[in-house]
Amino acid sequence: MTHSPLLAANSLFKAFGPIEVLRNIELEICSGEVHAIIGENGAGKSTLMKLLSGHLQPTRGSLSINGEKVALVGPVDAEKRGIVLVHQEILLAPDLTVAQNIFLGRELKRGFTVDDRAMNAGARDAMRSLGADIDPTRVVGRLSIAQRQLVQIARALLVPHQLVIFDEPTASLTPVETEALLNVIHGIRAKGVAVLYISHRLAEVKAIADRVTVLRDGQLVTTRDAAELEPVDMARLMVGRDVSKLYPDHAARESEEKVLEAEHFSVPGYVKDASFYLRKGEILGFAGLIGAGRTELMEGVVGLRPSRGTLRQNGMSVRFNNARESMDAGIVYLSEDRKGRGLLLAQDLRTNLTLASLKKFTRGPLIDKAAETAALDNAIVEFDIRTRRKDLLAGQLSGGNQQKLLLAKMMLLSPRIVIIDEPTRGIDIGTKEQIYKFIARLAESGLSVIVISSEMPELIGICDRIYVMRESRVVAEVTGERMNESEIVVHATGATFEEAALVAETA
Amino acid sequence: MSETTITVSETRRSWKDVDLRAVAPFVALAVLLAFGTIVNPNFIGIDNLLNVLTRSAFIAIIAVGATFVISAGGLDLSVGSMSAFVAGTMILFMNSGAVEGNLAMLATAMVFAMGVGALCGLANGLTTTIGRIEPFIVTLGTMGIFRALTIYLAEGGSIAMRAPDLRALYRPVYFGNIFGVPVPILVIIVVAVIAAFLLYRTSFGRHVIAVGSNEDVARYSGISVERVRTLTYIIQGLCVAIAVLVYVPRLGAATPTTGLLWELQAITAVVIGGTALRGGVGRVWGTVCGAVILEVVGNIMVLSDLVSEYLIGAVQGAIIIVAMLVQRSLSRRR
Repeated sequence: MTHSPLLAANSLFKAFGPIEVLRNIELEICSGEVHAIIGENGAGKSTLMKLLSGHLQPTRGSLSINGEKVALVGPVDAEKRGIVLVHQEILLAPDLTVAQNIFLGRELKRGFTVDDRAMNAGARDAMRSLGADIDPTRVVGRLSIAQRQLVQIARALLVPHQLVIFDEPTASLTPVETEALLNVIHGIRAKGVAVLYISHRLAEVKAIADRVTVLRDGQLVTTRDAAELEPVDMARLMVGRDVSKLYPDHAARESEEKVLEAEHFSVPGYVKDASFYLRKGEILGFAGLIGAGRTELMEGVVGLRPSRGTLRQNGMSVRFNNARESMDAGIVYLSEDRKGRGLLLAQDLRTNLTLASLKKFTRGPLIDKAAETAALDNAIVEFDIRTRRKDLLAGQLSGGNQQKLLLAKMMLLSPRIVIIDEPTRGIDIGTKEQIYKFIARLAESGLSVIVISSEMPELIGICDRIYVMRESRVVAEVTGERMNESEIVVHATGATFEEAALVAETA
Repeated sequence: MSETTITVSETRRSWKDVDLRAVAPFVALAVLLAFGTIVNPNFIGIDNLLNVLTRSAFIAIIAVGATFVISAGGLDLSVGSMSAFVAGTMILFMNSGAVEGNLAMLATAMVFAMGVGALCGLANGLTTTIGRIEPFIVTLGTMGIFRALTIYLAEGGSIAMRAPDLRALYRPVYFGNIFGVPVPILVIIVVAVIAAFLLYRTSFGRHVIAVGSNEDVARYSGISVERVRTLTYIIQGLCVAIAVLVYVPRLGAATPTTGLLWELQAITAVVIGGTALRGGVGRVWGTVCGAVILEVVGNIMVLSDLVSEYLIGAVQGAIIIVAMLVQRSLSRRR
């Protein structure tokens, strides 16, 4: 580690109007280190990142690169100075090829035409240096999420860089893919480049970071060597209180009553011959890699996708042709894609809340707006939705509050079976705890819950029983003692126990 | 208490930025009215204004229907041709003498026209939803079909009402007035009131906005996207038919040029009125205001010598672009 920092922030302040989101941030990032920034949603992580990458300018304070004071006027300026940002969302053109995407806006030319051969070769080299062997002429829309992420990283690294900022790069990756990405980051560090790493996943931070900076409520709490901190310490520093008990107590009720059963259930193209059952008052988990068919299985069950096979609810054979029919039967599905399929981001909270259960809010042909407003007031209290104003649009809420709003929306249907897909994706630890408690309460009140999650600790922490899916099939059911990470990874990947143990350790 | 003050100031701010876009078309209309008065004092006369409103009726009524289609994320380019087709078939029906008695005949013909309009809308709706084809393409196709069918029925010429006494009976629907208010203006108001009720107060209206806002969210919320979209096209067809009911007594004929470029004017009115072309926002009264703006601009151009009235189309075209720019800048301010 060199003594003079590559990038230093000197008492940075950032305010949006009267609201100060960052206060007095002092930060030093050195070449050849992985510096992690952790904090709850709204702690100011992304604002800080935007300041460092030139997307925003500080209200007060300054940045210096190699000891020299600079003002970054925009992301292009930051890139010129060697600071590149790998965005959390995949920002690639799905219809262009890997090479075309990597060189988008900086195409190699030969005379007046683009030099496809040189770009394909360049893209292949760039992908190889990340340890990936992806054909540069493949269309990006056909790649997996993890592969797209690598393309995006390759694109960012194409410019000469001294500092690479990763914004929650593993948010939608599976443990195996995460492992591969962490290796890529190790490689980048080995070249003497500084890496700024933002993540919610503390185990991962522990595995990769040299130093950790904790933000809370717009202030820097501490910067420490990662070796000194265990994940539970990090969580405590982030939240400002003890969170060692993230998962609520939940004793499985001894009910043998099966409320939902699927036999030889198939969703063409996604799920083959799946069989499972759900008991009353049970929290049932579905584990597996992304793309294993978990989401599609549940969408098939609730009628959002065409399906074949037998489905029984309370012993009676049922078939749902659309979401309305399954809702009427008391089954709700909360999509993993909150922004794309769960909520109308451009509409207000009230409209979103009552959308699925509008019938309850009509008198004759009229919508009863007073009843809607009352329902919103109720939901805000019951689900602890934190909103500055009640006329805010759903898109203006933080991820955690959007999830609470989506829960509130679906609970208005008074369901008997609740299926939640990735309940805590992109949600901070404080809100996670609330959502786990809520799920446990549902089960205790006699409802049955199915949770799909890619976070194994979460499934193990809250579920009574877990099914594991791999490549379109339900391959295992684990309960009790066997509900541990290495067992699940073995089934989810088809790997051997030794390999699985390695992955589970780092994931 | 400090908390109370914050709430108050924030409510005020929200009031300002939410309403700006809804109010913009009415401000524009007020400015135009003032401008027209300066250019030619005759403009603001009550007779002239009633005349302008009356002539805006066809576009206003059709555009109210288009507000539903566009709010739900669709588009209907066929409304102009559909108007000609509905008018042509309605007149042919009246000429056939299928019903005894003039009043009964007129009433049946009106119901017949509404039926034809609804069927045309249903065809558009089912082709886009069940056929899963872009509404732009579908309605571009039906635009050609309706137009050609009209020309075919008219054998290249025009279709005129034959019975003079029936014409005399029908005439007041365009030329008559109730307590001094021309009938077409009353029709605009009735259609807009019903439409506003549907869009703002019923669950169907809420579903229209949801579908236009995000089809997937609507589907995952248990809303039948196909049904909602198809219904908006039927509403559009009914609105076209109502506009035709007012149009036919004006000339008593349908010609191959009936309704030519009405689709452009209707879409312009909707956009000027503040409805988002990508769906998810619908403003019925804004649409009516937009249709009136189009007619007022034309009227000012006729009454003044500023710009040749041959350029009306160009000015209307410029208005839609300016309206979009204004909408964009207002939405950025949010």
